[in-house]
Amino acid sequence: MLPSYLTMAAILFCIGLYGALVKRNAVVVLLSLELMLNAVNLNLIAFSKYGVVPSLTGQIFSLFTITVAAAEAAIGVAILIALFRMRGTVNVDEFDKMRR
Amino acid sequence: MFNIAFTGEFTAFFVFSAIMICGAVLMISLDKVVHMVISMAAVFLGLAGMFVLLEAEFVAFVQVLIYAGAVSILMIFGIMMTKHHAGETEPAKPIHQSLAAIAALSLFGVLFYAIRTTTFPEPAVFQQSEDNTMAIGELLYTGYVIPFELLSVLLTVAFIGAIVLAKKEAD
Repeated sequence: MLPSYLTMAAILFCIGLYGALVKRNAVVVLLSLELMLNAVNLNLIAFSKYGVVPSLTGQIFSLFTITVAAAEAAIGVAILIALFRMRGTVNVDEFDKMRR
Repeated sequence: MFNIAFTGEFTAFFVFSAIMICGAVLMISLDKVVHMVISMAAVFLGLAGMFVLLEAEFVAFVQVLIYAGAVSILMIFGIMMTKHHAGETEPAKPIHQSLAAIAALSLFGVLFYAIRTTTFPEPAVFQQSEDNTMAIGELLYTGYVIPFELLSVLLTVAFIGAIVLAKKEAD
């Protein structure tokens, strides 16, 4: 069963990568990042059951990842709201002040 | 390589993975941002079901609470605070889009090849404790106290930072 779970996580990660590269709306880019983090969680938990040395460590690691992802989402949305107040848009293509 | 026994676990895995792939592909292809968030919630719920299959009940419930609950609502709030009827207006440039597709597909190809060619050793027999939550709690407060405390500090700092960032500038 382990290769099936790993393949599933790879599919999710690649869809997330595509979304993060293509989408213009910054909220959707954040969502795609969450999708990639979730794929990593699935890997961690799959290895915690089917790995060479199965133990609870993988589950604890995935709890840590979930916490960091929640903090990342909160900070990301806050930065988005601040940027929207300043520039009036959430299109990632228009956040290019540092390039000019 | 593909001889698959149709056990209960495989059937449940198939159903959950169908839900998750549908949700993820809909997330990529839908027009309105709110619909994208709703389809992501389907992905999060399917992932929680998969965690139950992997005997990680506590993580599954945390997944439902944090992702399907908190993160989805946070994203919907983010949409409400920025643009109400936001959608993807003009599509990305075709060359940009096809380059991104090639990158994602080739990454998937490499990963798939690596997964299929690796021979995974048989896992050692591991007796899952009866109470998954209690075992995780004991581990968190014995072996992983310092990361746990660091993480709580990180979470506090992140939430204070989020409030400060999103607060209206005092005039």
